Amino acid sequence: MKFFVSLLLMAALSFALGLFLPWWSIAIACFLVALTIRIKPGGAFLAGFLALFLLWGWLSFYISQQNDHVLANKVSMLVLKKKNPNMLMLLTGAIGALVGGFSALSGSLLRSMFKKA
Amino acid sequence: MRAFLFLLTAAVSFGLCYLLSSRQYLPLPLGSFLSPQEGFWQNAEPVDEDFSAQLRFPDLKGKVDVYLDDRLVPHVFAEVEDDAYFVQGYLHAKFRLWQMELQVLVAEGRASEVLGDVALNHDREFRRLGMPYAAENSLRAMEANDTTKRQCDAYSAGINAYIQSLSEASLPIEYKLLGYTPEPWSNYKTALFLKYMSYDLAAHESDFEMTNAKNVFSKEEFDLLFPPIQDSLDPIIPKGTAFAPPSIPLRIPETADSLYFSTDSVSAASLFKPDRDNGSNNWAVAGSKTASGAPILCNDPHLGLNLPSLWYEIQISTPSFNAYGVSFPGAPGVIIGYNDSCAFGFTNGGRDVRDYYKIQFKDESRLEYLYNGEWKKTDFRIERIKIKGKPDLLDTVAYTVFGPVMFDHSYTDDGLSSGKDHYAVKWSAHNPSNELMIFHKLNHARNYADYLDACRYLETPGQNCLFAAKNGDIAIRTQGRFPAKWKGQGDFVMPGTDSSYLWQGYIPFEEIPFQFNPERGFVSSANQRPVDSTYPYYLGRDYPSPRGFIINRRLHQMQQITAQDMMSLQTDNYNVFAEMAMPIFRKYVDPNRLDEQGRKYLNELLSWNLRNDVDARGATIFAETWKSFYDSVFVDEYAGMSKHVAKPMESTLLEAILRDSSFRFIDDKRTEQVESLYNLATRGFAGALKTIIEYDQENKLPWGANKATHVDHLLRLPAFSRANLPIGGGTHIINATKDKHGPSWRMVISLANQTEAFGVYPGGQHGNPGSRYYDNFIDHWAEGAYYSLWMMKKEEKTDPRVKWMMSFSNK
Repeated sequence: MKFFVSLLLMAALSFALGLFLPWWSIAIACFLVALTIRIKPGGAFLAGFLALFLLWGWLSFYISQQNDHVLANKVSMLVLKKKNPNMLMLLTGAIGALVGGFSALSGSLLRSMFKKA
Repeated sequence: MRAFLFLLTAAVSFGLCYLLSSRQYLPLPLGSFLSPQEGFWQNAEPVDEDFSAQLRFPDLKGKVDVYLDDRLVPHVFAEVEDDAYFVQGYLHAKFRLWQMELQVLVAEGRASEVLGDVALNHDREFRRLGMPYAAENSLRAMEANDTTKRQCDAYSAGINAYIQSLSEASLPIEYKLLGYTPEPWSNYKTALFLKYMSYDLAAHESDFEMTNAKNVFSKEEFDLLFPPIQDSLDPIIPKGTAFAPPSIPLRIPETADSLYFSTDSVSAASLFKPDRDNGSNNWAVAGSKTASGAPILCNDPHLGLNLPSLWYEIQISTPSFNAYGVSFPGAPGVIIGYNDSCAFGFTNGGRDVRDYYKIQFKDESRLEYLYNGEWKKTDFRIERIKIKGKPDLLDTVAYTVFGPVMFDHSYTDDGLSSGKDHYAVKWSAHNPSNELMIFHKLNHARNYADYLDACRYLETPGQNCLFAAKNGDIAIRTQGRFPAKWKGQGDFVMPGTDSSYLWQGYIPFEEIPFQFNPERGFVSSANQRPVDSTYPYYLGRDYPSPRGFIINRRLHQMQQITAQDMMSLQTDNYNVFAEMAMPIFRKYVDPNRLDEQGRKYLNELLSWNLRNDVDARGATIFAETWKSFYDSVFVDEYAGMSKHVAKPMESTLLEAILRDSSFRFIDDKRTEQVESLYNLATRGFAGALKTIIEYDQENKLPWGANKATHVDHLLRLPAFSRANLPIGGGTHIINATKDKHGPSWRMVISLANQTEAFGVYPGGQHGNPGSRYYDNFIDHWAEGAYYSLWMMKKEEKTDPRVKWMMSFSNK
């Protein structure tokens, strides 16, 4: 249960901070949530990873389908050298997930240090 | 242990954030670039984007309503004229900001700042050509004129109002790709943009190449290869027109024969040459030749084809004027278009207004140079070139009475010039001038007198200014501020040690050749030599003739002309050059010396209908045959020569052979026998066969596939470009569409009581590759189709064509 709450909070806070702050605010969001809610380090990593994978993946999909994938087709040619908007969305999700996972993990580890002390 | 793990994962998190924000290790900062809230996804404009908006800016004096139609063309209705330019600036920025800024960075020689050292040579050459110096001079003239100053101030303020509204997320995608942010706009940037157009259109010279040619050929040979006038010339101002004697007495320097026309060696050539074929067609037919009885004006400027397009369509309506047409993102006003009384358009004059002088410095310090027998002090301008990811480069440029010393010991363009000699460039674009006024005045023009008044402001680049009015008047002026030259002046690099080779004045307005309501019922220009040899001033040697020839032939024949006829003429693929050249191949290519396959292609060539249509195989066979023939004629003369020796124009070879089939260059000097035209024409065709067969095997023999016209994004990114467009035409053809160059705006205006206007450009109104309006006109353009141009009236705001409304006010 805590896992899902963390996941949702990480996604929500990442989105909210992203409205005002640069993209790396997702790291702050995941770190803070993992610091606040007790959850095992492995779970925290997974929560951060999934939260951002879903958030960035879904946001990019949502934006792109309103655009008929016009730009995603072009940028995937540029970045991936082939016309594949879905791959570009997966890559977007994966980049967010990587940052989200590690920052959630470090938040959780910091919390566990305090608990020990 | 936990502490260590924490520190490790924290470090990894920081490291990832840093790595994914930087360009140092990855080609793109993937974190910021892929972030859906900040990166490129934000540029993916919804296909049903709502462009309507209500905007408030304290700078405005009144209200401005902008109606955007279904092609995203804005119809701007302003209560105060200055506000219209503010809004035009805002719209240019909203739809074309990145392109506008890149164009002026390129013009200023600052491209390396954003593109890195690949652009360094470009930047050095532009600084040394004096582009920033020229823009500073023009800015002074622009700001000294109250009208232009107000216009530019409002325009710049509008651009800056948009720039200030931008966030990281809403930056155009190219900024995100390259990693920089826009600077505030200024009137100086508008001046730079106009200088870029001068660079593109008023750089018509090949002084170094011609000097080299003069040095390797005898005088007799040189005159044959580079005649001042082509036989096929049908000048803009018809032959036989009488010209007054020159008001500027031209003195040929006493030393001309010994120091100038004689042979000496020059080794420097300019790297960045604008496309030689930058040119255009324009013509206007009088009511006596049209079905409606009203004049029709047509224009299609031929320029490099890029995305985003150089042009942006707009209607500007103010209490003092109401104009529709294309504008330059980067400058206020309508450039080519029409208003409620008249229509106007341009083709390039192609005059030589850029000359080089060989400077003699006292010593290596370049502090003094010899001028009229004395040592004169040099001025220096230090150019600081910033380079992305590298230290700045300082370039010290010497300025003389002639202009900046472009080539010297420190700038040889990778050994292109020897570095021993110094060459200063004199260019009419260095003069302070205010070209915006011609557009301002034409936008307001009501009649011929207003048009004449407007033309006075055009200095550089010189243009053939076309005009037609609802009252029936048509006119053309071969306008510009052109140096009054003596015969041969500026063909070659000139001695720069005294004033005798300087330009001796400018051709006065009264002596500019023009036509007003000529009896033949039309006026036209296609970059050909403007006048015949009886005009008293020297005009240089290399004007293209065939397009002007065919346009005039057609216009002479046509009667009861409709706007539809004019569109057909603009998109006509008939190859008049091939018409003139085919008799040579018909008569002199010997089929008996070809194998069966060769005869098959020869038959295909001989039965070709002379049209460069998309599926025409004969057009490709002709192009390859002509290229091969030209090369086989001149291969011996040019063997072992630097590529910087001027070569004769295609028409020169063609016309020389038509005059005399034993043209002396036909003989291959390398063989003992004397070659005839039979030998050379057959050799030319046989030489082309290999390529022709290869093309046929690759299915690239049809002309459209062979030419493969493409419209490239300014960064040459294939993903943002359009390739392999099915369109015919080419060099010497009225539809002058080449591989990446051609009609950048086609316009036909019938000035009947109810104006009928048509136009199209290969691009789209939105500069964002993520918008459906980015390239939506291209297919229409390639088909040769036009859009109906809508001069909207304010009462028509409920018309179904109006899709969005932007309202601007100060409260």
